[in-house]
Amino acid sequence: MGKEQTGTEEHIVSYSTYAYVWLALLVLLGATIAAARIEFSRYSVLINLLIATVKALLVVVFFMHMKYEKRFLRGLLIMSLLTLGSIIALTFSDVWYR
Amino acid sequence: MEDNASREPYYVNRGKYRGILSWLMSTDHKRIGIQYLIALLTFFWIGVLLGLLIRLSLIMPGKILSQGTYNQVFSVHGIIMIFLFIIPGIPVAFGNFFLPIMIGARDVAFPRLNRFAWWLYLTGAALVALSLFVSGGAPDTGWTFYAPYSIRTQANITMAVSGVFVLGFSSILTGLNFVTTIHRLRAPGMTWFRLPMFVWTVYATGWVQMLATPVLAITLVFIILGRVFGVGFFDPSKGGDPILYEHLFWTYSHPAVYIMVLPAMGVISEVIPVFARKTIFGYKAVAFSAVGIASVGYFVWGHHMFTSGMSDTARIIFSFITFLVAVPSGIKIFNWVATLYKGSIVLDSPLIFALSFIFLFSIGGLTGLIIGALAPNLHLHGTYFIVGHFHYVMFGGAGFAILAALHYWFPKMTGKMYNERPAKIGWLILFVGFNLLYFSMFVLGYEGMPRRYFDYPPEYYTGHLISTIGSWILATGLIIIFTNLIRSAFKGQEAPMNPWGGRGLEWTIPSPPPEENFEEIPVIDKAPYRMDG
Amino acid sequence: MGDSEIHKDRMAAKYGIWFFLFTEILFFGGMFLLYSIFRYRNAGAFHIAAAQEDLLLGSINTAVLLTSSFFIASAISAVKRGNNRLAILLQGLTVLLGAVFLVIKYFEWMEKIVRGIYPNSPVLLKLSSGEVLFFGLYYVMTGIHGLHVFIGITVISFMIYFTATGNITRKDYAKLENTGLYWHFVDIVWIYLFPLFYLIT
Ligand SMILES: [Cu+2]
Repeated sequence: MGKEQTGTEEHIVSYSTYAYVWLALLVLLGATIAAARIEFSRYSVLINLLIATVKALLVVVFFMHMKYEKRFLRGLLIMSLLTLGSIIALTFSDVWYR
Repeated sequence: MEDNASREPYYVNRGKYRGILSWLMSTDHKRIGIQYLIALLTFFWIGVLLGLLIRLSLIMPGKILSQGTYNQVFSVHGIIMIFLFIIPGIPVAFGNFFLPIMIGARDVAFPRLNRFAWWLYLTGAALVALSLFVSGGAPDTGWTFYAPYSIRTQANITMAVSGVFVLGFSSILTGLNFVTTIHRLRAPGMTWFRLPMFVWTVYATGWVQMLATPVLAITLVFIILGRVFGVGFFDPSKGGDPILYEHLFWTYSHPAVYIMVLPAMGVISEVIPVFARKTIFGYKAVAFSAVGIASVGYFVWGHHMFTSGMSDTARIIFSFITFLVAVPSGIKIFNWVATLYKGSIVLDSPLIFALSFIFLFSIGGLTGLIIGALAPNLHLHGTYFIVGHFHYVMFGGAGFAILAALHYWFPKMTGKMYNERPAKIGWLILFVGFNLLYFSMFVLGYEGMPRRYFDYPPEYYTGHLISTIGSWILATGLIIIFTNLIRSAFKGQEAPMNPWGGRGLEWTIPSPPPEENFEEIPVIDKAPYRMDG
Repeated sequence: MGDSEIHKDRMAAKYGIWFFLFTEILFFGGMFLLYSIFRYRNAGAFHIAAAQEDLLLGSINTAVLLTSSFFIASAISAVKRGNNRLAILLQGLTVLLGAVFLVIKYFEWMEKIVRGIYPNSPVLLKLSSGEVLFFGLYYVMTGIHGLHVFIGITVISFMIYFTATGNITRKDYAKLENTGLYWHFVDIVWIYLFPLFYLIT
């Protein structure tokens, strides 16, 4: 049956790429623990969330193959995240000023 | 392509299952759609009966229903009408039946997931129904399950809420399935701007279902955890905040209004060009306004909370965004009217219902603007004005669109024609009853009658009496309409392939459609609604 | 008809699972929203309460999940290369690590419950409301996350069976790929839960 586009990307990611990503994730894990231990006072939470986001990005981009997906799917992912972000922002417009 | 498979109607028994199982186990989108439709209408009628009971009780307060029972009856009326009828509504019944056909596909992208969603719907409905009878008693919180009351009441909230959770899951899966179907299974040549408008609205709705329903799901989980384990996120005595419940609840439940109304608008956009014999005016504007309504409408939930103790900043922001939603809605209404303008209008019942939709929904929308504005809201919040408003939007809007869809697609679904005269008479009675019933609520609310009270001072009696009489007239109209349809489904004349002269793909296959819809997947080479040829 | 081959569309399956993950983002998003509001209001109490968490166990669990993600990702590469035996091994290791995660989580929970810290417990209700909220969030968020881990383990076990019986092959591995996506998502949720509960002391 007719289909305008079928999945053509048969990209096989090498084991070593995955291994490097894995190592990077572990290093970041160490970094985040260290960052929490050292007293950055009020910035430590921010730094930890930043590191978490880098870790999450690594997982999404490599493990979840976002790197090899069409732009379309990436756009939808961003849209979902923006939706969540807007919900949080709007709720905080109440929480902050109450 | 299948070779010598016979082209029998979809409902002719086949396969390894017999009787009711051949329906429940079927993955045919048409069979699933029909089953949903029957279930929806059953719940609709239960809801109608409860609504009549509420109205009856209101003209003789305390005589028929005690205060506690009254609370339960209006709660159950709301829960059934909203979660079992109008939210699943058009997408599960007509979306299932027609979406694949309208894009030239044999089925949805995930037929077995579709069947699973149908089973989930049944399970959720059963849980909700069961919650009425088991110990503790029927929910008495209203359909909104506001915390902290919903966490403390003795009534059986846990089961009802679990039921709604399951229904939500079903709704998510349906939305996911439809969106994937529209992306992947369009027939060759069926480009995005050749999609029928109904498909556009189901697409936008699918996204709202996917992105809003999970918020409801987690909120309901919090309620269950609050009741079972005493987790107190909404309980001030444990540091929680009931207003956060309202935030989360309305983050879903306002977009849910668009889950109900968008596909309704899709139906109207299908009916109007066919019965005006004209191409739809401003195709792209109508299509994009569906997406616009879905995306802006997502961020206006705060207008339900103006009097809940929200911050002023938030109240102003939400009031402003609420006004923005009126823009795409206005675009739609303008384009429908422009389509009708100078068309050769055929005033058959689908169009009559569609026109009533535009009229009633406009009233609902305008009164919505009044209460969406901050200042009048403070006066009208929690009064019958709100009750009138959302009945105009939901029943006058989505409900009338379902009736329009029923009449428009009835010949295709059943293979039979209905009688035009009783349909029109039924419509007239329904329309009169509807306005008596709900317009008096605007007046009552303006005069200060609060909602959800089972008793009231005598000066409101006349208003309530008119409203109740309206409810009887409305019920009479509904009975005529549905008697006509049910009778015709069995005894009506055979329907031709294309009784209305529609241009969509659904009118190019037999009535009723055979299994797998198309003998050969069609190739599309022109825009929809081209009435010239 | 119905379950026929015509609908076997890998792209559709991929869209389907991603859309499902979007809904999961919003589902967990509701919890993160409550967390951020309650933390904003009770920053001090959250700091005190977080000291009760076992940083060592939390860190080990993070490493465990990250590693399991590495294994399942590699399992998909293995299947694509036709190396089903390696794929089975890697999936088995994923399941094993998932189980380790849940066992460690179990000990963490038990340790607190023994000390009387659980939702609505008399001990907990004597603490400040910020701490009550912290532990409420802790149990709810790690609990629902744990449930997702459990579901993931179950699904991957089926995938092992499918890989062994030749249902998953280098030609047709959409099931495994989608399971992997789900598992990675669960991993990402934990990546955020870890700093929010263990590192804010
Ligand atoms: Cu609203």
